[in-house]
Amino acid sequence: MRPESSGVQVSAHFLRKRETVNQIAKYVLMAAAAISVLVTVGIVYVLVSEAVVFFEEVSVWEFISGTSWTPLFAVPTFGILPLLSGTIVVSGIALGVSIPLGLTLAVYLSEYAPDKVRETVKPILELLEGVPTVVYGYFALFLVTPLLQIVFPDLPGFNMLAPGLVMGIMILPYTTSLSEDAMRAVPNSIREGAYALGYSRFHTAVKVVIPAAISGITAAFILAMSRAVGETMVVAIAAGQMANFTFNPMEGAATITAFIVQVSMGDVSHGSVAYMSIFAAGLVLFLLTLTFNLIGFFLRKRYRQAY
Amino acid sequence: MSTDQTSTIQISQSAHQGGQAGKPSETREHWYLEPDGALRARVSNLKFWYADGTQAIDDVSMPLVDKKVTALIGPSGCGKSTFLRCFNRMHDLYQGVKYSGSINLLPEDENLIDLDANIVRMRVGMVFQKPNPFPKSIYENVIAGLKIRGIRKREVLDEIVETSLRQAALWDEVKDRLHQPALSMSGGQQQRLCIARALAVKPEILLLDEPTSALDPIATAKVEDLINELSGNVTVLIVTHNMQQAARISNYTAYMYLGKLIEYNDTNDLFQRPKCQRTEDYITGRFG
Repeated sequence: MRPESSGVQVSAHFLRKRETVNQIAKYVLMAAAAISVLVTVGIVYVLVSEAVVFFEEVSVWEFISGTSWTPLFAVPTFGILPLLSGTIVVSGIALGVSIPLGLTLAVYLSEYAPDKVRETVKPILELLEGVPTVVYGYFALFLVTPLLQIVFPDLPGFNMLAPGLVMGIMILPYTTSLSEDAMRAVPNSIREGAYALGYSRFHTAVKVVIPAAISGITAAFILAMSRAVGETMVVAIAAGQMANFTFNPMEGAATITAFIVQVSMGDVSHGSVAYMSIFAAGLVLFLLTLTFNLIGFFLRKRYRQAY
Repeated sequence: MSTDQTSTIQISQSAHQGGQAGKPSETREHWYLEPDGALRARVSNLKFWYADGTQAIDDVSMPLVDKKVTALIGPSGCGKSTFLRCFNRMHDLYQGVKYSGSINLLPEDENLIDLDANIVRMRVGMVFQKPNPFPKSIYENVIAGLKIRGIRKREVLDEIVETSLRQAALWDEVKDRLHQPALSMSGGQQQRLCIARALAVKPEILLLDEPTSALDPIATAKVEDLINELSGNVTVLIVTHNMQQAARISNYTAYMYLGKLIEYNDTNDLFQRPKCQRTEDYITGRFG
């Protein structure tokens, strides 16, 4: 026997209306997705097209091999290496501070801390994210540098060490919060399995939980790295704005971002080679972060665990 | 396997007859067998409270016979898993729990409630309801417990990996892919890997917490065969909510209800001639 129908009549008009809403929703959502893609494509287009004009004036080889960057001098030179070295040193110090500190903190919050402590510490930590970067810059210049000068009397007022250290604290929320999330996502059954074998709390964290969460932890580090490379204000304020080809953190130097902000302030005429150079520098920055993100993407794919 | 099944059928029939006769069971509230043979542990007046104050174990005393399989049965929520997890102090991972009474490991006669929890877990192994291999290779899973005991010699590890996997009846299936991820195996294989991982460190007692409840019937049969093989070599305490399973694989059975131990008996006797009315009601399906 066939079951009887419910008997509720659906009008053709109602079905048509429903279908129209469905269609409209689909296009609105597609448009939203398209805007984000188009903006990205637009930025890349501007960067590349302006950089091409720059490279008509300056050879690519001079750009990537030159050790002097003086676009604003009477006799300008356009070697990107000094900016790149500044960027690498400052970001390196920042990551050197942030990764060990962030991972330790994440292990503590995820594996040791009682719920109450975690619920207090985590929001405070995430508050660090909300501090304007200008504040961090002055913090580096007027507090950290003088303190460091007590230990290193020869340290100049503008140096890469202080902004590097401060930036390490600044990106701490990224390294800690995201790696802690990844560790907490490791199912409790795996933790209990480790304890049941006689693992101590520390061994469980280091030998079982961290390896199981490695894909999320990597993602956190990559994000922190991109953030450090792209950071502007702290270095522009506290590291000086003199391009300087050195890997010595005790010296002042400019990073790619610090140079871009300096030129964008407006004392360079529109359309000059110096003006164009910020697009070439911006392109290098873009490629740098793109590379990190790609590495992160593949590492994540490689180590992803499904539970 | 077939003999096991007929014995199962006999169990329920004789139990029914016993119920009709109704003589010996009605009078007894509790009945505990004093088993022959060496003991591996003795539980005395064990009580356990969770952090919220609920008492999950109420005055349980029970022997655990050396190198035999003991099954814990009872309806959901009767405290059998809680009882099992007292043996390796798993509850200590969560704050605010309380024990009283003792679980003495024999022959040393040490109360494991008083020992350091990590030391207890080094001596008492456990396999869980859901397979929980580490996201590492099969080989690394088996040696996980050995490494933290400081055993690092390659030849020693290789040998223990082979014997443990053979004991867990997994060797032939995985010997050619020891270095592949454990999570690529089927659920049943993962569970046998977890058993191999627990056996690799030669535990004094092996706890099994409903080890087949997440497995299909074929995988379940394999794990049951494996537990039968372990009997005579390893002291096993297993929680199961499948009475047929308890009848098939255990030498001794304990029936728990509302945190209390009702009857502890030889498995055949418990299922064929239960001494307590409440045991009989449960195994004949009149209750639970």
